[in-house]
This record gives sequence, C-alpha cells and structure tokens, in this order.
Amino acid sequence: MSKHVVAAVAEIPAGGRKLVSVQGRPIVIFNLEGDFFGLMNRCPHQGADLCAGEVMPLISADQPGDYQVTRAGEIIRCPWHGWEFDIRTGQSWCDPARVRTRRYPVEVAPGAALVRGPYVAETVPVAVEQDYVVVEI
Amino acid sequence: MNVVLPAAATAARVTQGAIDCDIHPGVPGIAALLPYMSDFWKDSFVRRGMDGFDLASYPPGAPISCRPDWRPATGKPGTDVAQLRAQALDGFGTRLAICNTLYGGQVAASETMGAAICSAINDWIAAEWLAADPRLRASIVVPAQAPHLAAEEIERLAGDRRFVQILLPAAAELLYGKSYYWPIWQAAEKHGLPVGIHAGSMFRYAPVSNGWPSHYLHDYVSQSQVFEDQLLSMVSEGVFVRFPTLRIVLIESGVSWLPGFLWRSVKTWRGVRSEVPWVKQPPAEIIRHHVRLTVQPFDAPKDDADVVAALVRQIGADEMLLFATDWPHWQFDGDRALPAGIAPDLARRITVDNPLATYPRLQEATAP
Ligand code: FES
Repeated sequence: MSKHVVAAVAEIPAGGRKLVSVQGRPIVIFNLEGDFFGLMNRCPHQGADLCAGEVMPLISADQPGDYQVTRAGEIIRCPWHGWEFDIRTGQSWCDPARVRTRRYPVEVAPGAALVRGPYVAETVPVAVEQDYVVVEI
Repeated sequence: MNVVLPAAATAARVTQGAIDCDIHPGVPGIAALLPYMSDFWKDSFVRRGMDGFDLASYPPGAPISCRPDWRPATGKPGTDVAQLRAQALDGFGTRLAICNTLYGGQVAASETMGAAICSAINDWIAAEWLAADPRLRASIVVPAQAPHLAAEEIERLAGDRRFVQILLPAAAELLYGKSYYWPIWQAAEKHGLPVGIHAGSMFRYAPVSNGWPSHYLHDYVSQSQVFEDQLLSMVSEGVFVRFPTLRIVLIESGVSWLPGFLWRSVKTWRGVRSEVPWVKQPPAEIIRHHVRLTVQPFDAPKDDADVVAALVRQIGADEMLLFATDWPHWQFDGDRALPAGIAPDLARRITVDNPLATYPRLQEATAP
C-alpha cells in the first residue's frame, strides 16, 4: 500500500472529476461536495472509460410512476451500455453484490504534511500552503 | 354417444397422481349455455341466431384443436365428459385437473355480451363438469374487455373453492401492464387466485406487431411473442410491485423461448433501469418469482434429453414448470406428456409439488 498525491484540491471543484494515473492505473477522482472518491476508470462490464460517463442522481421509485430523485451527482453512468455505478462505493446498481468497479481510498492532506512524507508525489508539485488529493493503492 | 377407449392401459405412470394444469372441456354451442343466462340473453341469442363462438385461435377442425385419437366421432373436441374422464384423467392417472374453457365470451366485442357468456360458462362448468367428477377444478373465465365486470365475476365465484384460477387470453385489447387491468389483478390477489394467461387472441389488432399473418402456421407459432410482450408489459409497468403476491401462469405458451428472453430482458434492463425505477430486480428474477408455465407444449426435441435438461437449467427455476396435457389439443402423441430428459425428482415437482404451490386451493383438495 502506498499513498500518492494526484492533484491539488483546487483542480477538482465540487461536482467535478479528474482522471489520474497512479503507477499505470487509470483512476477517476470525484469530488462530491468536498468528499473525494476514487474509482478504477474501467467499467467491469466491457471496459469502457467510466470517466467519460454521465453523472446522474439516483432515480428510484417504490411504486409505478412515483419517481424519486436523490443523491444528485453521486451516480456515474457508463458511456457504453448505461450501467450505473455508485461513486461512493463502486457498486453497480444492477447487480451490487457481484458487479462493482474497484474503489480506492482517497483523502485530502495539507501540503505541509505531504512534504514530510511518506507520500509519493510523482507528478504533482506540492506547496505547503495548499491542500492535496491523495490516493492509496 | 362416442366410443371411449380404455386409454388407462397405456398410461405413463410418471404421471400417476399428477395435477394437470390445462385441459379444455369444449362448449358444444351457445344452446348449452342458455340455461345459465338471463332472460334477455336467452332470448337474444335465439332471436338473433347467434352461435359458433369458438375462438378463431382454435378452429374446431384445425389439427391443433384435437389430437386425432382424442377426436370424438361426433360433436366438437372436448365436449364429452366420458371421454375427458377416460382420456385426460384415467389415461394419465391424474389426481386433479384444471378446466380452462376457451369460448367467445372472453373475446366478444360487446362488453355485456362477453360478460353474459363468461358467467354462463362458469355456471355451466360448475354444474355439468365439476359436479360430474371430483377430480375436476376450473378457471373462472372473465370478460377482459371490461375489467370492472371481470372483477365482479371473480367476486361472484371466488367463494366456490373449486375455481382455482382466473383465465385471460394472451392478447386482449391492451397490454396487461396497463393500469386499465388493475381491477382484475386486485381481485385475483384479494382471493389468492393465480391468473392464467392462455394462448389465444381477441384479434383487436394483428397478432404480431408488424402485420397480419396469412396462415395459421404463423398465427400459432408467433403466440410466444405475445406472451413475451405481456410479461415485459407487466414487469415494466410495475404490476408486480403494485400487486406483490400476484401469480401469473402462462398456459400453452411454449417454454423453450424463455431462457433467451430472460437473458435479453436482464441485459437491456441493466442499461435503462432508471427509466423504470420501480423495477428494482432484474426482470428474470421478477418473472421467476411471479410467473409459472405449463409444459405442453415445451417446444424441444422429443428425444433429446440433453437439450431439455439444458433448457431447464437455463430457466434457472424448476418451480416454474407445471404439468399439463392440454387435452384435447394435439401437442404430443401417446403418453409422452412430459418432455424427454426430465429426471424423476423434477418430474415429481412438475406434476405435483409445483401445481400445489402455485394453486393454493388445490392444497385443500389434497390435504390429508
Ligand atoms: S462497458 Fe460499461 S456498461 Fe458496458
């Protein structure tokens, strides 16, 4: 397990996402209202780039026609065949127990802490006065 | 009087004690039903000279409508109670059999005439068939043309525990998922009655969605598409969400089309499920839970056990299959009422356990 600095927090505004590469692994970082989540950028169905998908709310209903729209921006829909994934967990909506995309822990750390290590800042220059998104793989 | 051959001698004993979920007593003609009609309708059928309400889906002379060795010397297929007893009951060692009457009330253009014929059929079947043999049970036939009248008819008869199901034609005026039909599902659920959907059409529109076929071949073969559409309609419109204990039995639908259909419905649902968010499980799971199918016809090679076993495995729920001979319709010859490749324990489930689980009222008849 190692922690990698992948972006400055300011680069990914709330509702935004960024594709990064960590040791050759493509990972999409999402900012959900200040909470950051990382998913493998590969749909478990047939491998499409999840980061190219549409971000949706969760649409649910307990009875026919009783549409409920919740969790705005928390679902990513695969650009190829439309399967939905929960950005917080990587679980698919169609088969949550068996179909999921890999999820990576993400945290925010101040630059001052990062310069002391044990973080790997491969491509992101770190300044002590900024906050950074750190992915653990 | 028709000659009754002792079919029992050749009975396949795998069916001994079986519950036959689809047999068809025939209505000889409208005159047989008049005693069960109101004065208005009694008079109207005679005065207007109306008769011959056999379904266009089953012309009495068509090969499918009667197996050659079951065809009576005189009269229409299925009209002789002694033949029914010898061929359908004793012939297979049947313990209980469900009578599904197919006649014009279910498809009449007039709502009130349809209701009159249906309710006469129900009283006729009770008086002249159910009373004649304790092994017989029946479906309540209803006018789907008028769901509120259908619900009234269900209410009228639900107290008679010999009626174990409600019967609808495969193709009516609208798809069965539409809320127009909710009164029927509601009454069915209230009384714990499964709804049997039997091959056959009201012919309000072409029996296939892209035009009118010219021949019976096309009409009959394409019925399985109609069943697929009804299942998709009921699943996607949320009928099973609204009526969570509703049970549907597809009768004479064929079986072997089911695995590919289930696969395709799940595959498509995965990408568009947010359009129908009340469909919370894959359609195949919903169908496996709510839907049953009779096994005549099965539509698989009669001598290839591997094919049948593979199909049953792909269907993935052997509790879905119900034994039926479809008497007197011509689906098989001799006593091969079960497809090849059905192992003995599965045969036992199909012939006894599954029908009992599907039709709660049959459990009363078999209780010790
Ligand atoms: S590749 Fe993502 S849904 Fe098919």
